[in-house]
Amino acid sequence: MRKVFYIVRKEFLQVFRNRMMLPIIFVMPLAQLLILAYAVTYEIKHIDLFICDIDNTMISREFTGHFIHSPFYNVKYQERSISKGMDELRKGKVHQMIVILPGFEKALNQGRPVRVQVINDAINSSAAALMNAYTLSIIQHFNRNNIEAHFITRGTPAQVNLEYSYWFNPDLNYKTFMVPGILVLLVTLIGMFLSGMNVVREKEIGTIEQINVTPLRKTQFIAGKLIPFWIIGLLELAFGLVLARLFFNIPILGNIPLIFMVAAVFLLVVTGLGLLISTLVNTQQQSMFISWFILVIFILLSGLFTPIESMPQWAKVLTFLNPIAHFIEIMRLVMLKGAGLKHILQPLGVLVLYAAVILSLAIKKYRKTT
Amino acid sequence: MNNTEVYGQQLTKSYGEHQALNGLYFEINRGEIFGFIGPDGAGKTSLFRILTTLLLPDSGVANVAGLDVVKQYRQLRLILGYMPQKFSLYTDLTVRENLDFFAGIFKVKVKENLYLVDQIYGQLQPFESRRAGDLSGGMKQKLALSCALIHKPRVLILDEPTTGVDAVSRQEFWEMLLLLKKEGITILVSTPYMDEARLCDRIALMQHGIIMATGSPVEIISGFSKNLFRLKPDNTLTALHQLRQMSGIHRAEMFGAYIHLSTSSEIKTPAAVAQKLQSGNIHYTMLEAIEPGIEDCFIELMQQTSEP
Repeated sequence: MRKVFYIVRKEFLQVFRNRMMLPIIFVMPLAQLLILAYAVTYEIKHIDLFICDIDNTMISREFTGHFIHSPFYNVKYQERSISKGMDELRKGKVHQMIVILPGFEKALNQGRPVRVQVINDAINSSAAALMNAYTLSIIQHFNRNNIEAHFITRGTPAQVNLEYSYWFNPDLNYKTFMVPGILVLLVTLIGMFLSGMNVVREKEIGTIEQINVTPLRKTQFIAGKLIPFWIIGLLELAFGLVLARLFFNIPILGNIPLIFMVAAVFLLVVTGLGLLISTLVNTQQQSMFISWFILVIFILLSGLFTPIESMPQWAKVLTFLNPIAHFIEIMRLVMLKGAGLKHILQPLGVLVLYAAVILSLAIKKYRKTT
Repeated sequence: MNNTEVYGQQLTKSYGEHQALNGLYFEINRGEIFGFIGPDGAGKTSLFRILTTLLLPDSGVANVAGLDVVKQYRQLRLILGYMPQKFSLYTDLTVRENLDFFAGIFKVKVKENLYLVDQIYGQLQPFESRRAGDLSGGMKQKLALSCALIHKPRVLILDEPTTGVDAVSRQEFWEMLLLLKKEGITILVSTPYMDEARLCDRIALMQHGIIMATGSPVEIISGFSKNLFRLKPDNTLTALHQLRQMSGIHRAEMFGAYIHLSTSSEIKTPAAVAQKLQSGNIHYTMLEAIEPGIEDCFIELMQQTSEP
């Protein structure tokens, strides 16, 4: 145990002697939380719209008025030229075009169905789907008003009225949804990169030779390398949680010690993964690329940005192997829903198993002799 | 009484096509300074990495202090001191932190063994709080030696410890090794410098993964059977070229501005050589008979092994 202590002490000395390290550990999370939490949102505002109202009647103007007065739309053009609208779409000056052909009012007055064309710029497919959904809901609203006006003499027919509420995030606040996930990313980045660069750095500068001729056991070596980054990762999480609470007013309903318990297991997985990569490669550059490769897949499939539920079946199976997905799930459950230990046993169990496998691999793969 | 501390038998090691060690056999006695002399690529580092349990030999046996380097590596690491060729201490830690770290790993107190490295560490003491990376080359070497000695190893293995170190530091370094020898530590040292060979008790001349000769420097030199002369010609390169064509000239090698000339048995005196030079119209300013050095022996052996 004493030997492990000497390595831990040495690693801490080295980490904090590195001038860039403190800013990395404390400024990076702040910047990341601020940027991601404020910028990453699924709401779309100011959709640039081209309205091509060729009918130009009272009803068509009432119809387009819904868009003009909506805070979600920014009507850039109201012209009668379809070709100009298509041109602007191609140039990327507008994101959506609505075309109302002549006879719109006439048909409605006669009680005949009528068509309105909506063209979306689908370069960004999720944005296009959202724009279309907004537009549809405006049109439905218009329809309902229209029907009510039509039936005014005979009374409106019975309708189903929706009453809904969003549990655990009543305002559908994206920050509430994103911040727990971003905290996970922070901890992952710090844990994986610090450890992933570490052993390979000793290989690059040759100090590993001197370590390898000492009676130090493999387990002691890995433990000595792991503990410092594990502690730094937990500190990072504490710092991030304080920021989340103070700056973003994110509710923390669950038990904070529980969060740290899970983080402790999770950090074993990521630092272990970093060390495993570090023992397998020969240069920091290789370590960097492999870490990034793995991280990008883990992050994109983590459910942070797109829901796991909407992934294809094979990707869902993959997320089972993704420690980040499990930790994000647990963080959201505990922070927003107040879940207790018994509610997170399954993902936590996966993390424990993961940690055991990764750490034994890292110890096994670290070779003192070639 | 068996006095052997380190031995190797039929050691081989190859990296793909390249045969680094080609069946080595050697014995090193307890408490001696044993030098492996040879140019870069002779296999010295591979051999040392095998002896320090860092590299597995392809075949053969190596034993240090009665411990097999492959089977008993764990016990062996306790009693080995190793200084790799490349400076391999933590440049971002201070002198003292480096020493404390290695002492900690070996579970020894710095104070207990500091006497061993007193001579050398004494010079480092004023710089204790300086980062190792900011030390000069000679100082770095002293720190590396201090760290390799802090657990009082029984066998010390130094891979080209004086390469790239200034002349004064080199001399101090060797003085230190002689002191360590008095402590009973067996020292294996490799060097490409032939002049350092004379400071060893015994040496092995290595080339292309084999040991060409083993013995004390005096024994090695006495094995040189040819007559040797030193010549300072007016034009070294032309003279060298001409001499190599002449009969009766066994070998001509350049040594700085001089040429070392070994001759066949009938040309024994400087006068005989002078005659030969005159016949070839080679002008020179100096000519004398000399005793061979290690380098002469090395070149002689090298030629013998490459042209059987």
